[in-house]
Amino acid sequence: MANKTAANGHGGFPWKHLIGFLLSIVLTLVALWVALETDLSLTWILIIIFGFAFLQAALQLLMFMHLTENSTSTKLTGRVQVGNILFAAFVAIVIVVGSVWVMTAGHAKHDKHDEPKTENHGEHGGEEKSEEHGSH
Amino acid sequence: MKWDEFFVTGDPMIYGADVSIVLTMVGILFYLTRYKKWKWLWTEWLTTVDHKKLGIMYIVSAVLMLFRGGVDALLMRTQLAVPEAKFLDSQHYNEIFTTHGTIMIIFMAMPFLIGIINVVVPLQIGARDVAYPYLNAVSFWTFFIGAMLFNISFVIGGSPSAGWTSYMPLASNELSPGPGQNYYLWGLQIAGIGTLLTGINFLVTILKMRAPGMTLFRMPMFTWSSLVTMVIIIFAFPILTVALALMSFDRLFGSHFFTLQGEGMDMLWANLFWLWGHPEVYIVILPAFGIFSEIISTFSKKTLFGYKAMIWSMLLIAGYSFLVWVHHFFTMGSGAAVNSVFSITTMAIGIPTGVKIFNWLFTMYRGKIQFTTPMLWSLGFIVNFVVGGVTGVMLAMAAADYQYHNTYFLVSHFHYVLIAGTVFGCFAGLIYWYPKMFGYKLNERIGKWVFWLFTIGFNVCFMPQYFLGLDGMPRRVYTYSEESGWGPLNMVSTLGGFMMGIAFLVLVYNMYYSFRFAKRETTGDAWGGRTLEWSTPSAMPPFYNFAKIPEVTGLDHFWRQKQAGKVEKLTAKDIKKIHMPSNSGVPFIMGSFFFVLGFGFVFDWIWMAFLGGIGVIGTLIYRSFEYDDGYYVSVEEVLETEKISK
Amino acid sequence: MAHAETHDPNTPLEYRSETGRLNILGFWIFLGAEVALFATLFATYMVLTHRIADGPALGELFEVKSLLIQTFLLLTSSFTCGLAVHEMRRHNVKGLMLWMIITLGLGLGFLYFEIQEFLHFIHEGANIGTSAAWSGFFVLVGTHGAHVTFGIFWVTMVLIQVAKRGLTPATSAKVFITSLYWHFLDVVWIFIFTAVYLMGMVMHHG
Repeated sequence: MANKTAANGHGGFPWKHLIGFLLSIVLTLVALWVALETDLSLTWILIIIFGFAFLQAALQLLMFMHLTENSTSTKLTGRVQVGNILFAAFVAIVIVVGSVWVMTAGHAKHDKHDEPKTENHGEHGGEEKSEEHGSH
Repeated sequence: MKWDEFFVTGDPMIYGADVSIVLTMVGILFYLTRYKKWKWLWTEWLTTVDHKKLGIMYIVSAVLMLFRGGVDALLMRTQLAVPEAKFLDSQHYNEIFTTHGTIMIIFMAMPFLIGIINVVVPLQIGARDVAYPYLNAVSFWTFFIGAMLFNISFVIGGSPSAGWTSYMPLASNELSPGPGQNYYLWGLQIAGIGTLLTGINFLVTILKMRAPGMTLFRMPMFTWSSLVTMVIIIFAFPILTVALALMSFDRLFGSHFFTLQGEGMDMLWANLFWLWGHPEVYIVILPAFGIFSEIISTFSKKTLFGYKAMIWSMLLIAGYSFLVWVHHFFTMGSGAAVNSVFSITTMAIGIPTGVKIFNWLFTMYRGKIQFTTPMLWSLGFIVNFVVGGVTGVMLAMAAADYQYHNTYFLVSHFHYVLIAGTVFGCFAGLIYWYPKMFGYKLNERIGKWVFWLFTIGFNVCFMPQYFLGLDGMPRRVYTYSEESGWGPLNMVSTLGGFMMGIAFLVLVYNMYYSFRFAKRETTGDAWGGRTLEWSTPSAMPPFYNFAKIPEVTGLDHFWRQKQAGKVEKLTAKDIKKIHMPSNSGVPFIMGSFFFVLGFGFVFDWIWMAFLGGIGVIGTLIYRSFEYDDGYYVSVEEVLETEKISK
Repeated sequence: MAHAETHDPNTPLEYRSETGRLNILGFWIFLGAEVALFATLFATYMVLTHRIADGPALGELFEVKSLLIQTFLLLTSSFTCGLAVHEMRRHNVKGLMLWMIITLGLGLGFLYFEIQEFLHFIHEGANIGTSAAWSGFFVLVGTHGAHVTFGIFWVTMVLIQVAKRGLTPATSAKVFITSLYWHFLDVVWIFIFTAVYLMGMVMHHG
């Protein structure tokens, strides 16, 4: 696939676009249905709807944006574009998952004062001590 | 707002600065008018899109900023030289450590390296310019305007004082009222735009503009290090952009991202800041690694040892650099799991760096080493940087970090990596490529004085700080008591600081001395170089760099050509007309509008910010409708420049 | 320049000039930076999403109908934008203009419903200063909206140039780049749809 040049695939009926569009609509509606109408656990809902989101993003990139297309006869640009998006996805996941993890783990969690204290404090025993050493 | 609130008043040092600024301005205006240099300034510099000239402007700005940041440092060291000194009050001290840190990282280290990259990388890859010359000028002017905006804070409106990290809630409206903190936000924001554009520009330049035959694994190491740096810039700077914007919203529009009210989260700022801030560390160190690689290889007369290992270790760092940010705030208390993971990633990132140290050592092994000044800086780097690296691994251990955190141990650590790494690299690169920029070398004898003064001063200044830190002296305190017992080591440290200051003055004197007396280079190959930038016939390449684009057959192509006695001589039939981009005044004008925009936001004068914004958009639209395809340099002009007869 | 090579006549116009090729690659890389920018906004939003202080919960005010209208307008606009580029590659200026203008119309429609929704939230007592969670919401979704607004002006500007100059390597590269930008905004919206609206409603109701 990566070898194809931009020369291919123009002229004729835009099947690729149409299929991409229809799939996007289906994915959107199914995600909505999974989120609001099913009795799956929260974890499963999140896994499914985010899975669909990444799938749909890939559709846009491949079907609409010609991500893998090369501008010249060499394969450089296609590879750079794909590598760029993959690294961007890596950084994005690090930023989002990393921030959420770091900011809600340990004693950062107790920062939110008026939340009902329902979480299990047992495993956080170690962190309570750290407050004495804090950099205040 | 009254005038005495607009201008900073009350401090004799500030009045002194006011006077010197006005005198300098008047002096420059007089000089330009007296010698009819206005047109020269406009056509040769302000409107240029030539990467070499933009590079020189970056470096000149960076040296000026080094002076400003250095003066800040010496003021701090003076205050700390003895216990309970009254030289600076606490507020003034806070302002000075804030501007020192911000200026040194954002407006000195980065532009210095970007300047060297600008001058060198297109030449090293055999290109006539960068991928987007116009955008390159935009990058420079947004950086320069951002720097100026930040720098005027100490005479107009007051300087920021919340540290270069600007932690919340200290940087909030309640605890840092007034324009100071806004200068930080908008100065960095505007300069950051330029940095991001540089990242894209040079990444595409390196990927797409290489001379025929120069495959990725035939690129010089400095070009490789620049490529990796650009990748990190592209993905790290947007994080800073957002963080600064969110804090601006908190201060201007009453949002609650990092505030204490509305359930904002102050430590989220620290999280975002270091998500950018740690990659930033690698942005300012990787190009320096590249510089040392070139210099060590050149003056050992050997190909770089472990070329591919070096590249892979840098690529690894590009990914790793995004995985270690939490080590800047282990003491926040995210818990054992978080701290352990980031402890491990932090120690792991030391491995590829360690690999490189061995690459340099083995490059020198059995080489015929010439102890030129660039080489001295490189050797000094290896020794001193290792000290910084080892203490870095000590800091990486989360449990131990609770002891080191916020002490002078940390201060000393990051000065050992940033000065011995980045600043040594900047000096080494400046001296090494000086003949490429100006056509003559800096004086070697004076240069060696600079090196020894600076290196000894540096160790005298910072080595005691490790021990002060272990003894519990916290960073960012404006004074300390007699009983603490920290007086003697602080005095030593201050003496070292002034030695570095003297070394800087000698360096500047060397620039003047060499300008007057240095022998002008007659060839393009001042040092016996290995890479393409040394292959130009004249010392300073003409604006189109290469009359004929070289064809490359392997690593160190130019060196191997020289060894084989097969350096190509240009003949008239090689010369074809050359396509070059046109100069443009728009980037400078756009930068000026950015200044209006930033200044408006700093003082919360929304009308002014709005006008500036309209101006910026106007210049963008103007550019979009302008179809300028550049121009051709005729064969005759090239022949004349290259001194080739038909 | 050094890399200029001959192309078969099938090569799309936008790739025929060196400038066009460089600009398109550069824009792809810029989109990588945009990913990092939006990721930071998403991270901020996700960290703050439960921190509602005295204000309403996010999911409490979200409405499926408004969400679906906005989503379909933007999804369809991405599709029509793709068709515009398809027509451009067939050298059909009229088709390009038509589909692009439809794209702009759908974009304007999206903005209209987004602004309506924002006004509705503000009316219900949720604005940027209500709580950390709402700050995160308005700035994340608002930044996307600002991008759409910018995109509408930009596409218009480029269409004027196409109308004046016809399809050249320069103008077609500009059209292609704006199309990348437009599709990218849809990619971002997919994640806003999922991480903000769906998650918000699930957390609130479920």
